[in-house]
Amino acid sequence: MNGAEFVPLSLVPMLIGVCVAVACALPGNFLVLRRQALIGDAISHVVLPGIVAGFLVTGMVSTWPMMLGAAAAAVVAVIAIEAVRRLGRIEPGAAMGVVFTAMFAGGVLLLELSDTSQVHLDVEHALYGNLESLIWLDASGWSSLVDPAALKGLPPELGRMAAALLGVMLFLAIFWRPLKISTFDEGFARTMGVRTGVLGLALVIVSAMAAVAAFDAVGSIIVIAMFICPPATARMLTNRLGVQVALSAGLAALSAVLGYVLAGYGPLWLGYADSVSAAGMIATVSGLLLMLAATIGPHRRRGGAAIALSPRAVPRAPRP
Amino acid sequence: MLFDALSLQLGYNATLVTLGAMLLGMAAGVGGTFLFLRKRALVSDAVSHATLPGVGIAFIVMVALGGDGRNLPGLLAGAALSSTAGLVLIDWLTRRTRLAEDSAIGAVLSVFFGFGVVLLTVIQTMTSGRQAGLEGFLLGSTAGMLRTDAQIIAVSAALTLALVLLLRRPLTLAAFDPEYARATGQNVARTDLAMMGLVLAVTVVGLKIVGLIMIVALLIVPPVTARFWTERTDGVLLIAGMLGGVSAYVGAALSAALPGIPTGPIIVLVGFALFLVSLLFAPQRGVLSAVLRHRAYQKAVHLRQGLLAVAQGQQIYERLTLRLLIRAGWAKPDGVATEQGRGRAARALLDETRWQIVRRDPALEAAAALYDGLRDIETVLTPDQIATIDARIPAPRAVKS
Repeated sequence: MNGAEFVPLSLVPMLIGVCVAVACALPGNFLVLRRQALIGDAISHVVLPGIVAGFLVTGMVSTWPMMLGAAAAAVVAVIAIEAVRRLGRIEPGAAMGVVFTAMFAGGVLLLELSDTSQVHLDVEHALYGNLESLIWLDASGWSSLVDPAALKGLPPELGRMAAALLGVMLFLAIFWRPLKISTFDEGFARTMGVRTGVLGLALVIVSAMAAVAAFDAVGSIIVIAMFICPPATARMLTNRLGVQVALSAGLAALSAVLGYVLAGYGPLWLGYADSVSAAGMIATVSGLLLMLAATIGPHRRRGGAAIALSPRAVPRAPRP
Repeated sequence: MLFDALSLQLGYNATLVTLGAMLLGMAAGVGGTFLFLRKRALVSDAVSHATLPGVGIAFIVMVALGGDGRNLPGLLAGAALSSTAGLVLIDWLTRRTRLAEDSAIGAVLSVFFGFGVVLLTVIQTMTSGRQAGLEGFLLGSTAGMLRTDAQIIAVSAALTLALVLLLRRPLTLAAFDPEYARATGQNVARTDLAMMGLVLAVTVVGLKIVGLIMIVALLIVPPVTARFWTERTDGVLLIAGMLGGVSAYVGAALSAALPGIPTGPIIVLVGFALFLVSLLFAPQRGVLSAVLRHRAYQKAVHLRQGLLAVAQGQQIYERLTLRLLIRAGWAKPDGVATEQGRGRAARALLDETRWQIVRRDPALEAAAALYDGLRDIETVLTPDQIATIDARIPAPRAVKS
């Protein structure tokens, strides 16, 4: 793998993949612990009508209207789910199911009815994304990394995704303590003066922003998988939240790089000529990592079972 | 054109698709009810996404064996196998690891779907096997449906519906009171398995019509909607079945009549419209009736408090209270009580005084529990009881000057 080939074709998609994976996995830790893991699933379905509406309103395939539309749709969905849950007194899972399927159906219908055939806007693209196409044409080799002219030609998705990642990291860094306390003991957090409702909403909105930014570049599969798989994997490896979050970021980056390489070069090694979907492969790799942790991870069992099983923790009765 | 579609006059194939969709909608509504009652609605989301790799593998295998990749029974068998694997994995992750069920559902759904997409890209590069149309499984497509496909869907949807109706007793019991079901000798684990089997069957049969992403809506929306209209399980079952059938029938007919309208989304949106109507207008649990009840209660409280204030000779400043008193003819626009209003006020005060005695008396605890500040005491106690209470009201005394 030489620089002249790697830098223009693979470096940027790989970096974007890593940014997406880490930006989703970080808030995912809290969503998984708060039993809100499926928020990512719901959000990634409802952004479709937002994207289509953003396109229809402005009539152009520019990123900003679509991203604004997607963000608006995500907020609408969060509010609608809450409204259905409260007004109809329906359990959260069912409320979510009603809202996100209806919004997704609306998006598909809108897409089919509107004349978008001349632009590249279709459901498959929204679902799978196409990470592979985010190539850096101006690069010629490793030296391009310090060449300002070539750097100007970087795909804009990279900058956006890096900004989203930075935003997520800042949010977690600033609200680390209240987030941690309110995740594990909401009542205690409230007595400490944390406004848990607002904080929970902020977490969901930050997750939605990460999802929307990622969605534009890589489709929805990676988003759902990265919200859940790396945090869940990390959770089976440690009992400490800080370690878990750090591990989840590492696992997410690993899934992204490994998945991208396997999608691009795996078929070649097996003797086929064509590569497969990078987004799908990244999700698959993260799932395999999760399976591995679920089978042999040191903290895979629920509360204390792991300790009870280890022989050292069992107090031995004194011999008579 | 639309009338032709709704009355099944667009030809044999369209009729078969519409009827098949209706049967599917009914089976989904009834089957989804148990999932909803068991609070596991989103499991269906994972089940449906987990069908994709099975469809892909079945296609590849059938082509590798030299057959036609688009054989519907083969693809559906593959879908059933892989979503069974997904279900088993969810169950295993939830029971054997510390992951909560929602994380397990999300992990299985995203990873299976991701792997399915990988397989689809493999299939796209295959040269044989007529892969075009395989994407129809994502969003549903009735356009490329063959007559035999439609027949398979209609027959298996009918079978599924019959099975649900046959199993509804044990399923209901397991959904509401698994402990009791176990005590009466029912094998709850097997009943749960049967429920998941039904969901699986509905999902797999529905793939071709609604698509794997939106089949979830058929399983979730009708039961949730039906719940607004009834408090009885059998009622929910019946209404959910009907709602599912109606949404699918109307949706399929609309899409047959109007060109360019895809079947899956329109079926889901018809179901959602029915949901919205129910959320707003259902008689007991609907938003409108809740608002009306709240207004009536608010009015009663304001009137009562207003009358008590009048009886105690206090000035009424609260604007709503004043307006209500004036409208009832119990006060004049300047806020002074009318003759009738003073009479009412005296009665309200007497009622309140009686209630206070009742609530202080431990012997009348049962009656006192009914106190809500609005109920007339005559509706709770007999005239004899009221007479004994009245005897305990202190007689008026002259004020010493």
